[in-house]
This record gives sequence, structure tokens and C-alpha cells, in this order.
Amino acid sequence: MKDRRGIAIGLVAVVAVAAAAPMLSAYPLTLLTQAAIVAVLAMSLDVLLGYTGLPSLGHAAYFGVAAYAVGILATDHQRGFLVCLLAGLVLATLTAAVFGLLAIRATGTYFLMITLALGMVVWGLAFRWVSMTKGDNGIAGVPRPELGLPWSMGAPLPFFYVVLAAALLAWALLGLLVRSPFGLTLQGIRESESRMRALGYNVWLHKYLAFVLSGAFAGFAGVFWAYYNGFVSPVDVQLVTSVETLLMVALGGPGTLAGPALGAALIVFLKNFVSVYTKRWLLILGAVYIGVILFAPRGVLGAFRRDR
Amino acid sequence: MTVEFWIVQTFNGLSYGALLFLLASGLSLIFGVMRIVNLAHGSYFLLGGYMALSVIWRTSTFPLALVAGAVAIALVGIGMERLFLRRLAGQTLGQVLMTVGFALIFQDLALLIWGGDPYSLPLPAWLQGVVTAGALRFPKYRIFIMAVAVVIGALLWLALDRTRVGAMIRAAVDDAEMAQGVGIRVPTVSLGVFALGALLAALGGGIGGGFLGVYPGLDFEILPYAFVVVIVGGLGSLPGAMVGSLLVGLLDNFGKALFPELAYFTLFAPMALILALRPTGLFGRT
Repeated sequence: MKDRRGIAIGLVAVVAVAAAAPMLSAYPLTLLTQAAIVAVLAMSLDVLLGYTGLPSLGHAAYFGVAAYAVGILATDHQRGFLVCLLAGLVLATLTAAVFGLLAIRATGTYFLMITLALGMVVWGLAFRWVSMTKGDNGIAGVPRPELGLPWSMGAPLPFFYVVLAAALLAWALLGLLVRSPFGLTLQGIRESESRMRALGYNVWLHKYLAFVLSGAFAGFAGVFWAYYNGFVSPVDVQLVTSVETLLMVALGGPGTLAGPALGAALIVFLKNFVSVYTKRWLLILGAVYIGVILFAPRGVLGAFRRDR
Repeated sequence: MTVEFWIVQTFNGLSYGALLFLLASGLSLIFGVMRIVNLAHGSYFLLGGYMALSVIWRTSTFPLALVAGAVAIALVGIGMERLFLRRLAGQTLGQVLMTVGFALIFQDLALLIWGGDPYSLPLPAWLQGVVTAGALRFPKYRIFIMAVAVVIGALLWLALDRTRVGAMIRAAVDDAEMAQGVGIRVPTVSLGVFALGALLAALGGGIGGGFLGVYPGLDFEILPYAFVVVIVGGLGSLPGAMVGSLLVGLLDNFGKALFPELAYFTLFAPMALILALRPTGLFGRT
């Protein structure tokens, strides 16, 4: 029943933010938009890390592949929103499907290192495949999508509502996923792989599907990220982005969905506020990493859920 | 593609591999003994380079700069292991986030202390210039790097294979619990191995400062190479680190020379292939 309380609190928070949004100026609205997108990325990783027990260190890859797909299609080919969304989702899912074949064989630390290296493959392509990705310069000038709505997406408020709706959709779908028999099986695998295997579950297939689905949702976030930023660059797929997503999940509490979303929002706001006041924000972010592990190893939400 | 091209590129690849060996052998040993994924290992490389730079600016003594840099970073490693990492034994995610946190802090401190400009380690006269063989020219410094790597590799192998301490380390790699049970002080061994790994990485950073340079971002640029070496060679295996380093050095060099747009792909794709066939790497044990 704690789940229901979490969902209720989450929904109240979302409604409150949505109601307050028209009164906010552009800057906090931009941050909220960013937080909503990154929250989807963090929740997608939570399916792997929190529910299946697979610490992926290459999650920015699917996020970035989708962002690049949108960036390239929307600028060079002037494609509309639906084509870009579909292309981003399909490419991210395919990337996860291929990487999963290599990574799922490994467990524990090996899984971590393999996903790290596979993530670097995508980063390397983004960085070096200049004719396709424009390399280090990145793809600039990604236009906001026209959705056939009476409001222009160029304005912060309508775009925020669209992103918020997308994030809610992702939250709902992921919530259904982790509470389905499939999701419960994943949690069983997290607790004891050998026992689930003995019970006759196809452990490999469950892990693989979780991996691919997680990548698909990361791609969903990546599509909106490209539109939000108007710019796609190797920074979006680099190792630090993957690790930051891990931090968001760890900070919020793995295995809670709402927790990682909260963690994502906290990190987004922290990064932006700290960088306003000091140039030394990397130092502070580094201290946050260490502090989270030392003082809140089960995350902010995990700290309130001592019964588990 | 002339014969000269292949010889020169092979030479460059092997010398880069030699540098990678210094970085990756420590990472591999640390993992073998402590099962720690150390994402701050690239930072040791970077800080080693900067430390060497500071020492050489004041003393103009190249060997002293390398040694001083390596020892200073080994002390940093000891502090990290003793105060922070030891309590996270067995928590993979915690170790990853903790070491990334340190990597970010080191990155920012380096920026604060040494600024954002790229530097190159000034080389002594005896390491400048080239050795010519017919039409071919080999930079002396790259030969020096290979010589250092061979000496270090031989010392490591002798120490691991022929000494009592080496036997203790191997025992801890194989089965830390049993090693503890027969009276080996595994925590002390771990601390020593961690310090050794940091020392070797920092030495690599100092030596690498002579031809890669030292600049912000080098830490996270070199780290994936070390990981690929360790993954390909097998975690915790010294021969694996040797073979992996040379393989990665060659792949990287030929990849960049032959397919510049796909340079990283040519490095990571063979790694993925090796993993698909042997998930524990070439020399890894399950």
C-alpha cells in the first residue's frame, strides 16, 4: 500500500507543479521541463537497476541515440514530430537490443564494465563520425516540434505541458510494467536468480526484455531532450551522463520509480543553482556523489521505507 | 599502403599499448583483489601527469618528476582506499558512484590548481630526437616508453610469480576469504595493491605527459581505454593486461589511421566480439 501512497504523493506534486506553471517565469519553467525529461531517463534506468538489479553504466547511449536521430532528422531532413519520435524510439530500442545480447550474459561487475564500454562505442561514433553527427560541434538548431496544437511549442509553457504529459505517460507505463507479473518476475530475479531459474522462469529472456524496454524508455526521454535543448552533442552520450543517471536513481531510491524521478529533479536543480553561485560546481557535485553513498545508501525514498 | 606505413603504425600502436599497460595493469590488479571498479583510475593518470609537470618546472629533473608524481598519487590512493572505499566492499553501485565523485573532485581541483591550458612534459635531451633505421624514423621517447613498460611488466611478473608477497596477492585474487582464513592479511594486501595501482597509473600519466600531453578531460578520455584493456584481457590477470594493452594500442592506432571516422568503433567492436565469445576476457577465469 506504500506504493499507492507514493503514487498519490507523486500525482499531487505533478498537479501542483502543473497548476503553478503559468505563474512561473521562463527560467524555472525551463528547469522544470529539463527535470521532467531527465526524470523519464532516471525511471527507465530504475527498471534495470532498481527492479532487475542490473547496474548499467551505458544508459546515456539509448538516450543519446534517440536524441541524435531527432537532431539529424529534424534539421537536415526537416521531418515532423511523429517521424522523429518513431525514429528515435526504434533506434534506441534497436541499440538496446544489440547491446543487450552482449551485456546480459555478464553479471555484476562484468555487466557494469561491458555496458560502460558499449556506451563508449556510441560516444565514439558521436564524437568521430563527423559526416553524420558533426562531431564535437554537435547538431545545433533543432526546431521545436509542431504538434498540430493551437499553441506554439516555441513558448516555454506549452512545451512544458507536452513534456509533462509525456513524462506522466512514461511513469504510468513503467508503473504498470513493474507491477505486472513480468515486473514481479524481474524483482524475483533481482533477489535470487538461481531460485527463479529453478522455478522455471527464463531468466535470460526476462533480463533481456527489461534491458530493451529500459533502453526504449531512455530513447523516449532522448527524443524530448533533443527538442528541449535544440542541440545534440557528444556530451549527451558521454560516460558522465550515464553515471549521473545512476546517481539520480541512487539518490532517489532504487526500485521506487517516483524516487529516481525525484532524484533527477534534485540533481537538475542542484546543478543549475550551484553553477549560478560558483564555478566550482563539479567539486560540489563530486561531494554529493560521495555524500549520497556515505549517508543515504538507499536513497531519499529508501530512507523512509525501512520495512523493505 | 606501403610496408613503411605498416611498420610505423605498428610501432606507434605498440608504444601506445605500452603506456596503456602502465595504466591498466594497476586497474586490473585492483579489481582482481578488491573487486572494485575504480572510475577514478583515469584521474590518477591525469594527476600523475600534473604532479610530474610541477616537479619538473621546479627541479628540471625528468626521472625525479616521474617518481615524485607517482609516489604522491600513491599516497592519494592509500587515503581513498583506507578512508572511503574499504567500507564499501561488495557494493558495486556504491563503489562506482563514490569513485566517480572522487574523479569529479580531482578534475575540478586539477582545473583549480593547474588551469585549463594543455601542457606537455618537457623532455630531457637524451629522450629527444629520433632513431633512424633506413628510411624509417622512430622517436626515441616512444622507445623509452616501451622500455619502461617492459621493465615494469617484468618486475610485476617476477614480484607476483616469485615472491611471497606475490603469492599472497595471487591468493587474495583467487579467493579472498580462504586467503584470510590461512592468515593472509587481505586488507593490508588490498591497500598495497591499491597503492601500487595508483602509483603505476600516475607513472603512466607522467610518462604519457611527454607525448599525449596533460590537459583537462584527459582523465575521462583515457579511462575507457584502460577498461577495454582490462575487459579484453580478463579482470585481475597480469598477462591479460599485457596482451590486452598491446591489442588495444594496435587497434586504436590502426583504427585511427585506416578508418578515422569510425576510430572508436574499431576499438570497441572487437572488444564486444571477444566478450561475446569469452565473457571473462582472454585470460580471465570464471
